[in-house]
Amino acid sequence: MSNINQSGWRPTTPQAGEASGGTFTGNRALMLEEPLIFEIGSTETTGVDFGEAPSGKSRLGGLERSRTIGLPGLSEPEAVRHYTRLSRQNYAIDLGLFPLGSCTMKHNPRLNERMARLPGFADLHPLTPVDACQGAFEVIHQLAHWLVTLTGMHSVAMSPKAGAHGELCGVLAIRAALDAKGQQARKVLLVPESAHGTNPATAAFAGFSVEDIPATEAGRVNLEALKARLGPDVAGVMITNPNTCGLFEPDMREISEAVHAAGGFVYCDGANFNAIVGRVRPGDLGIDAMHINLHKTFSTPHGGGGPGSGPVVFSEALTPYAPLPFVEKQGEQFVLVEEETAGEHHASSFGRMVAFHGQMGMFTRALTYILSHGADGLRQVAEDSVLNANYILRSMEDVLDAPFAKSGPCMHEAIFSDKGLPEGFSTIDVAKGLIDEGFHPMTVYFPLVVHGAMLVEPTETESKATLDQFIGAFRSVAARARNGDPTVKTAPHHAPRRRLDETLAARKPVLVWKAPVRAEAAE
Amino acid sequence: MSRYFTEDHEWIQVDGEVATVGITDYAQSQLGDIVFVETPEAGKTVSKGDDAAVVESVKAASDVYAPVAGTVIEGNAALADNPALVNEDPEGEGWFFKLTLADAGEVSSLMDEAAYKDFVSKL
Repeated sequence: MSNINQSGWRPTTPQAGEASGGTFTGNRALMLEEPLIFEIGSTETTGVDFGEAPSGKSRLGGLERSRTIGLPGLSEPEAVRHYTRLSRQNYAIDLGLFPLGSCTMKHNPRLNERMARLPGFADLHPLTPVDACQGAFEVIHQLAHWLVTLTGMHSVAMSPKAGAHGELCGVLAIRAALDAKGQQARKVLLVPESAHGTNPATAAFAGFSVEDIPATEAGRVNLEALKARLGPDVAGVMITNPNTCGLFEPDMREISEAVHAAGGFVYCDGANFNAIVGRVRPGDLGIDAMHINLHKTFSTPHGGGGPGSGPVVFSEALTPYAPLPFVEKQGEQFVLVEEETAGEHHASSFGRMVAFHGQMGMFTRALTYILSHGADGLRQVAEDSVLNANYILRSMEDVLDAPFAKSGPCMHEAIFSDKGLPEGFSTIDVAKGLIDEGFHPMTVYFPLVVHGAMLVEPTETESKATLDQFIGAFRSVAARARNGDPTVKTAPHHAPRRRLDETLAARKPVLVWKAPVRAEAAE
Repeated sequence: MSRYFTEDHEWIQVDGEVATVGITDYAQSQLGDIVFVETPEAGKTVSKGDDAAVVESVKAASDVYAPVAGTVIEGNAALADNPALVNEDPEGEGWFFKLTLADAGEVSSLMDEAAYKDFVSKL
């Protein structure tokens, strides 16, 4: 194990004297320095009293553990403080704007949390008999209804557990539909350069070979190149709309028609659905399958607070191949359609994505969000997310290069490049500078079609006052970088840790903590 | 011995029937610090334009394509432990793989050094 941290190397902390002199503890006022749990805990102490293990004959056949496992013990207050201190060094959507492009880090309404914590939902076991959890099934059924209605599609598979899991569900349904038609030879999925980063990985994982379709100068799918590549070996296309350049694909209908005419299917990555919800129905654009990130568009928590949830809506053509299980209403009763009950009613299903029903806690939150907003509220979600992104785009375009600003308004995210920064300065420096200003950085170096991309997604939940404060900080850091201010190269200066050596971390990752060799052991 | 270049920034050095392939100095400068390289197994046959190797930097992961068709003789084992060789000496010690050419004439479709220099200057 050459990767173990033999050297005891640590990320650098702000130097003593850099702010206003070092302290005895290393703490800076209420920002507390915190060692690793292995360094404060001891194998000699414990916060819990365990009874003596019952004596008896071991039946492990000589496979008993021969050494202690060396877990550190702490008292309860020590353990609580350790994790609370660490959490204070973190950044969260409840602390401030989280402008990560493509991630849709919007506020998680507290009403959602209240509904999800109702004991009738929160304490349900997935194996609860069907007639004892009708309320939960009604939530799943109602949410499914609204997802189908909002997208103008034919059906929905609720079980996929995240965006990429939903993508996999969609392309497996495409595979099943092609196989059912005897079209095993269709092995190629076309993925435009402006697609979400997970799309090619999903296609490859599902056994397709992936081919790129170039983007136009304006950051959109090159329709002619796409049409030219269609043929009897093409299973379909995976397209992101609005795409990762933050732009709407206006040729979507023509793309779908061309793909269908060539015998393929259209998968749409719905990660950016929040920009068009209530305004555009993907079903009207000829899409066959699309996942919806409940943790983006419908405000359920993610980014460490997760879990995600990625229901997939299907066109009529793909519906017979959708995975099990799903909830159906028969008379006044909600029933769960599973392998035993599907029968001829759903015989072509490609199988199952998960053991149970999906992310129940996220379903409750997402339905709460939909019902509390209503149709007009959801339309305003899309409008405000687009308005906020355009406000940032137009407020920044004189200090940062905005490659697609000329092609008109952006959708829900604004994109900038590192063009115009002086030699030696790059996107990473602007991102690190924003940390000093107290903001989580934007998405960097993605999408790949933009050199040194900075992708900013403010979401609709930020007020103008918050956006103005962010723009002020962003403009200040960008202007300092443009002017070659060397302190931007070494940012962050005020964070709990200084800039990490990402190259060293990737080349020689320290994956396992190892006790330092004690002096007496060396003697 | 002569060296040819592709528009995807690979170089190929031909020495009789054997050729060595790597990425250009321009490519490594665009990628930034390289942290991982996956080279092809010996015996793998590749067609021109096939994915042959993977290079990963702190910024991005990219495929390295076979400039011409052939059969891989060996991957550069040194890159597994020291991917930084690609940054330090991309057109020398940082080579990716060697292959036997399927068609010795195929390299003539690639750019020579002057043409590649001209190509890069216009990017």
